[in-house]
Amino acid sequence: MSLIQETDYGTPVAVSDKTVTVTIDGSQVSVPEGTSVMRASMEAGIKVPKLCATDMVDAFGSCRLCLVEIEGKRGTPASCTTPVEEGMVVHTQTGRLKDLRRGVMELYISDHPLDCLTCAANGDCELQDMAGAVGLRDVRYGYEGDGHVQARQNGEANPLYKPKDESNPYFTYDPSKCIVCSRCVRACEEVQGTFALTIEGRGFDSRVSAGMSETFLASECVSCGACVQACPTATLQEKSVIDIGQPEHSVVTTCAYCGVGCSFKAEMRGEELVRMVPYKDGKANRGHSCVKGRFAYGYASHSDRILNPMIRENISDPWKEVSWDEALAFAAGRLRTIEDTYGKQANGVITSSRCTNEETYLVQKLARAVFGNNNTDTCARVCHSPTGYGLGQAFGTSAGTQDFDSVEQSDVVLVIGANPTDGHPVFASRLKKRLRQGAELIVIDPRRIDLVKSPHVKAAHHLPLRPGTNVAIVTAMAHVIVTEGLFDEAFIRERCDWDEFQDYVEFVSHERNSPEAVELLTGVQPQTVREAARLFARGGNGAIYYGLGVTEHSQGSTTVIGIANLAMLTGNIGRPGVGVNPLRGQNNVQGSCDMGSFPHELPGYRHVEGAEVRNIFETAWGVSISDEPGLRIPNMLDAAVEGTFKGLYVQGEDILQSDPDTKHVSAGLAAMDCVIVHDLFLNETSHYAHVFLPGSTFLEKDGTFTNAERRINRVRKVLSPRNGYADWEVTQLLANALGAEWDYTHPSQIMAEIAATTPSFANVTYELLDEQGSVQWPCNDEMPNGSPIMHTDGFVRGKGRFIRTDYVATDEKTGPRFPLLLTTGRILSQYNVGAQTRRTANSVWHEEDLLEIHPHDAELRGLKDGDWVKLASRSGETSLRATVSDRVSPGVVYTTFHHPDTQANVITTDYSDWATNCPEYKVTAVQVSQSNGPSDWQTEYNSFASKSRRIEAAE
Amino acid sequence: MAGAMPMHEITERTAAIVDGYLHVEGPLLPILHDVQATFGHVPDAAVEKIADLLNLSRAEVHGVKSFYHDFQTSPAGHHVLKVCRAEACQAVGGDALGDAIQKALGLDWHETSADGTVTLEPVYCLGLCSCAPAVMLDGELRGRLKPRDAEALAAEVRR
Repeated sequence: MSLIQETDYGTPVAVSDKTVTVTIDGSQVSVPEGTSVMRASMEAGIKVPKLCATDMVDAFGSCRLCLVEIEGKRGTPASCTTPVEEGMVVHTQTGRLKDLRRGVMELYISDHPLDCLTCAANGDCELQDMAGAVGLRDVRYGYEGDGHVQARQNGEANPLYKPKDESNPYFTYDPSKCIVCSRCVRACEEVQGTFALTIEGRGFDSRVSAGMSETFLASECVSCGACVQACPTATLQEKSVIDIGQPEHSVVTTCAYCGVGCSFKAEMRGEELVRMVPYKDGKANRGHSCVKGRFAYGYASHSDRILNPMIRENISDPWKEVSWDEALAFAAGRLRTIEDTYGKQANGVITSSRCTNEETYLVQKLARAVFGNNNTDTCARVCHSPTGYGLGQAFGTSAGTQDFDSVEQSDVVLVIGANPTDGHPVFASRLKKRLRQGAELIVIDPRRIDLVKSPHVKAAHHLPLRPGTNVAIVTAMAHVIVTEGLFDEAFIRERCDWDEFQDYVEFVSHERNSPEAVELLTGVQPQTVREAARLFARGGNGAIYYGLGVTEHSQGSTTVIGIANLAMLTGNIGRPGVGVNPLRGQNNVQGSCDMGSFPHELPGYRHVEGAEVRNIFETAWGVSISDEPGLRIPNMLDAAVEGTFKGLYVQGEDILQSDPDTKHVSAGLAAMDCVIVHDLFLNETSHYAHVFLPGSTFLEKDGTFTNAERRINRVRKVLSPRNGYADWEVTQLLANALGAEWDYTHPSQIMAEIAATTPSFANVTYELLDEQGSVQWPCNDEMPNGSPIMHTDGFVRGKGRFIRTDYVATDEKTGPRFPLLLTTGRILSQYNVGAQTRRTANSVWHEEDLLEIHPHDAELRGLKDGDWVKLASRSGETSLRATVSDRVSPGVVYTTFHHPDTQANVITTDYSDWATNCPEYKVTAVQVSQSNGPSDWQTEYNSFASKSRRIEAAE
Repeated sequence: MAGAMPMHEITERTAAIVDGYLHVEGPLLPILHDVQATFGHVPDAAVEKIADLLNLSRAEVHGVKSFYHDFQTSPAGHHVLKVCRAEACQAVGGDALGDAIQKALGLDWHETSADGTVTLEPVYCLGLCSCAPAVMLDGELRGRLKPRDAEALAAEVRR
């Protein structure tokens, strides 16, 4: 194994139908028109020396090292800023150029420290490489003059010297090593789109400044790492490289945080992870990353990680560390006893959206083939189950229609109930890039998210609706499109069921669905709704991106259907730049749904009632499969309270913290006889567990994740599992302890079984993934290399289906006791319940959950910024600190759910989506009042939690 | 003085200035000029307000502001004396003139006197090379100065 070196072509790829042929140092090369001479040279295998150019950002032409001579042209133009012309004859190495380059390097080095041997970038420094490339042998200017390097020969203080900025937990900024190439500034602007960096001053005083001469931590910097990646020297350097040294081999793998599914090179030194570097060939992220994937992997080696199996008789006992054999025998014994006593239906599993496809497949197989029931559910129940239902009804598949590249061709982007800059930051950067090129943006969100207005991005329309009224607003937009005749009749006639469309027109045209009529419900100005609808219908390629703000409602499925209606009405389906795109929350939530995690569906979204489908699996597995749909998570908990459901195997999910109505979850768990938690940490659910099986991280196993674009990405093992086994092995051990006799020796065999049984995965093999990098399902004989865009020649279900979307108000209503509406979300630096990110330095950005409250509501209650407040709903109460902000409208409060201390889900109710039971996290009627500190529940829970985490000392 | 001006007044007056330029293409430089003229410097609070209203990042506005020496970070003195330090002036005794002026005012380059009467700034070419060495006092050029003129200049700004 060696370190993967990616070619840096110097300038971004040019797209053109025309090809231009040029001669460079005697070699002919044909490139698209608009390509730079530098990139054309690199295509011909000729490296032109360079410092300020890199192919992630546009050419800048400042370092003067890439000069070339072109026959028939005067002077020595910079190859990075000079586009190729037909017949051009270029010389990259002449006597004149050598002298010029050596002269330029002399100037650079005269103001650069000569500590190469002890420098962290030693071995990975472009300045060092270029000094070698141009043959620099001495510096005639000496080092005694004015300079930014601290070492002054005469011992005087140096006012030009600035000390290192070490404020960011993951990288350092050392101004003394800076050559002012602006690559970091341009990466921050062009790649990330935050504009946190600038070059301050002029001439010899120029240097990189974060914000207004602030520290990186205090500035607008979001720590995505693009600047560190762009820096050619050690000026911006990962602290891990400073600590460890240069990596010696690397492996391409997939990030285990959000549903974007970024590809990274895990750069290793032996079995030590040195750094994660985004991979330019990664088709989801195209070489970009966010603070989580790039830096927040420290949880894998955190001291909280449990590495040995543990068991206990009762949940009030301390844990006892035991051997794997003993733990598995104990678990299997209890599950068998439950089955014998309460029947086959008394055991169940919960699959994880964080584990691989192969692992998820095995967990649902455990329920179906070993427990003999369909009691399998997954955390997608609490996030995107309405997407599965809604898109399945309208289009025939339960997944997003596009790839992420598609956004580069969108003209109008509609973002509903999603906060991409925090939740899906790498996609947000790609979206912002398109917006800076002139695409229009419409945001439907109760809160003023960053996309509504941030540097160089401004939404054309923001519809700050009241939480819970998505259906009303989406239907009102459709009303405008239909009644003003803005719909795409040709598309609808060709692609959709015309009779159903007529019925839908009759429904949607009704006055009660007009923006004016629904204003009372939504609180959004009718004129804004009308303008937004017109823009979306007539603005060119219209793409819809949505998140949990759509699904986690009592009418989540209806809103998804409404979104599908909007896309079909305007003909925005089936080509690049358009489509309906759910932004999936977790790395493999798409995959866990595809793999048959739901109680009513076998892998590939096929209902368990279908004898034909059951037959496929019955043959493959050699068992008979129940045709009765199993229990959903809330039903499992209800059944547990009633005493009919007793055993649960939970892989990689913390239902106690992430599921709604915490008290109901804890009552259900407490009523069970055998709760097996398979996780990295003693999570909140484990307080009610009898068996703890230690899990492995994404760095410690092979497998695949499927991201929000249906892209199947490889996860590759770079470390041996610290707990001894990859998660798929643990599930297999448990199954075998129950007598299953599974004999998988590698996840590729599990994928082969998936491909053999599931049509949309028919042609997926590890060989294909290695060859292509990744593929998007469906991947079968018809689409052997996968399907970037779906429904190109007609909908999967045949004709697209328009369905009426009647607005029904949620039962969760405000009143005198609970006058405010609480909605929840997440923040960039933390991920979901925070099990991983809270165990990394990301906590410097977000130490605790805060309650955002409008100044008006705060004043009424006498609250100031930073006050402890009590947050109470019909379900329960908790306390947290308030932050006063006009990002939320009056009457609305907002918080995140990253910290178990806050237990925001003590507050949320058990109302849920009518079709899928997806909980209504996004709307809870609450009251906010002054408080002195944590609530009784929090204090009690904390003492209970620390008691449950006791581990008996080894004898 | 602007230094004592309350924050909300800075942001309000900056907002009013920005408002007048929103129709202009590339409004940032004229806005910075007006802010400098209004407050005698460009306060950080104004930079943040400009960034917000033009939908730029504060880093970008800071980058532009710091590129131009005339956009100052702290309030300048009542009088501003700029002394040319470029080649043509140096060739005919500019250094000696500079030393004499520093001594007469008791100030180093970029300093403002404690009583706020005068700020001393070095500049690199006033475009008056034919009459070197040259200085500029409050926007008015003076040429062919000798070190002995320093005291008179000092007396003039102290008046």
